[in-house]
Amino acid sequence: MSNASTNLVALHTIVRREIVRIMRIWTQTLIPPAITMTLYFVIFGKLIGSRIGAIEGGFTYMQYIVPGLVMMSIITNSYGNISSSFFGAKFQRSVEEMLVSPMPNWVILLGYVAGAVARGLVVGVLVLLIALFFTSLHVVHPVITFLSVLLGATIFSLAGFVNAVYAKKFDDIALVPTFVLTPLTYLGGVFYSVNMLGEPWQAISRINPILYMVNAFRFGVLGISDVGIGMAFVVMLAFVTGLSVLALQLLKRGVGLRS
Amino acid sequence: MTSAPALVVDNLRKTYGNGVEALKGISLTVQPGDFFALLGPNGAGKSTLIGILSSLVNSSSGDARVFGVSVNRQRSEAMKLIGLVPQEINFNQFEKPFDICVNQAGFYGIPRRVAAERAEKYLNELRLWDKAQHQARMLSGGMKRRLMIARAMMNEPRLLILDEPTAGVDIEVRRSMWQFVNAINAAGTTVILTTHYLEEAESLCRNIAIIDHGTIIENTSMKRLLATLDVETFVLDVAAMPAELPRLPGVSLRRTDEHTLEAEMARSHDLNSLFAALSAHSITVTSMRNKTNRLEELFVRLVEHGRNEPARGGQEQAA
Repeated sequence: MSNASTNLVALHTIVRREIVRIMRIWTQTLIPPAITMTLYFVIFGKLIGSRIGAIEGGFTYMQYIVPGLVMMSIITNSYGNISSSFFGAKFQRSVEEMLVSPMPNWVILLGYVAGAVARGLVVGVLVLLIALFFTSLHVVHPVITFLSVLLGATIFSLAGFVNAVYAKKFDDIALVPTFVLTPLTYLGGVFYSVNMLGEPWQAISRINPILYMVNAFRFGVLGISDVGIGMAFVVMLAFVTGLSVLALQLLKRGVGLRS
Repeated sequence: MTSAPALVVDNLRKTYGNGVEALKGISLTVQPGDFFALLGPNGAGKSTLIGILSSLVNSSSGDARVFGVSVNRQRSEAMKLIGLVPQEINFNQFEKPFDICVNQAGFYGIPRRVAAERAEKYLNELRLWDKAQHQARMLSGGMKRRLMIARAMMNEPRLLILDEPTAGVDIEVRRSMWQFVNAINAAGTTVILTTHYLEEAESLCRNIAIIDHGTIIENTSMKRLLATLDVETFVLDVAAMPAELPRLPGVSLRRTDEHTLEAEMARSHDLNSLFAALSAHSITVTSMRNKTNRLEELFVRLVEHGRNEPARGGQEQAA
């Protein structure tokens, strides 16, 4: 067998195993984000949103926050999936099954990222379907919508992988979501337009990468954005590249994996 | 490629980040088809060596070649040739044995259909097929160890490394494991075994290396090593104990209880003359066994001797 087909089988094995894991514990992986987002839609979209009225571009507050909340679910679930799955493999030492195999590092990384992106996408679709019970949506730019979801999920999968590589205990994989991911998400324009902020908060918000993901997705769905769509894709691609290089370097050096 | 040794370890060194020098430049060769014992006390460097061979540990210097393929420079190609049964349980306890085996094959690029056939074959041979669809955490300790052997066989390796595979396993399971490993060795797979059960190493292995403090203190054939043991002690069960023990030339007799004698004698001393002498004194021997495992006796001697003398560290080619 050629190296390419060998690597393809290995990649397929990791992705399949990750998807089986997601489905095996679906009450932990799929249901909680659906419940959380339903509460967001009811409280922020329906109850509070009805008092806010139209927010930007003539969209209701509910319509405005749906893309942000979908993207929020995608990135938190992609991150959570890879960090818990890879750290779990480290913790149980089952990661050694892959480390002793001929599989190159990029296949391990791509397999885990693909699994995490898959969970992000499934959760994103679930949340979007729930949103349709509360409001009507028409996707303006389907390709941009899909690419922004893909890049957003990939960025946070890679970030979750790096977190899992460095983590020494389960607490370490909870720290980043609590102290970094959640604040950045809430301050990333999910619930408001950064144009509503005065300076310097508007300038500060623009160094938050989540702002670009949320707005790229919002542009895809609603056709409005607080940031230039080109800039949003440049930022996302830069993060994908930077985090991929970092993750591959960590695997090559065997940080937290090989003695 | 086929004439290359199964394993060549060439001046391998490993110093951990905390300064511990686990391997101090060891070299050894294992021939294809061999059943090779790698022994040593705890902390001697065995697991570090196995870790380097399986690429779980990065060496500080030196190299190892598996059937001529460098572990350092051609990692992927070398790993295809190796199957590893580690000391610690290292599979996902929530997965099923069948999936664990099939996934392991997948990591080696083996298509799922072939992997499923192999999983059935090896789980059957290791008497685990009826547990194939149970969660692995439900398996007994012995079953988990057998599962790790089945998993290591999924890529049908040319070199199988067993790192204390029978630790904490009952005698029946141990025997069935050795039956399986003997069969695959007979079929051509080279086997390297580390174990603390020295009678296992003595009965199974043809060649041996002993590591202590990161240095090889002995590397020879099992036969040659055992031949260096000059004194043996036998435990004799006797029908009736004489009032006074006879004095026999070249044999030191000691009474341990009213039906048991210990006879310490040079290995050059033949057993026929011992039995003849005992018969002449009306002592009937009903059964006999070695007091201690011969390899165990040698192992202790070598390790203690090694600690009192500067290490050799060199290589003696096994027969």
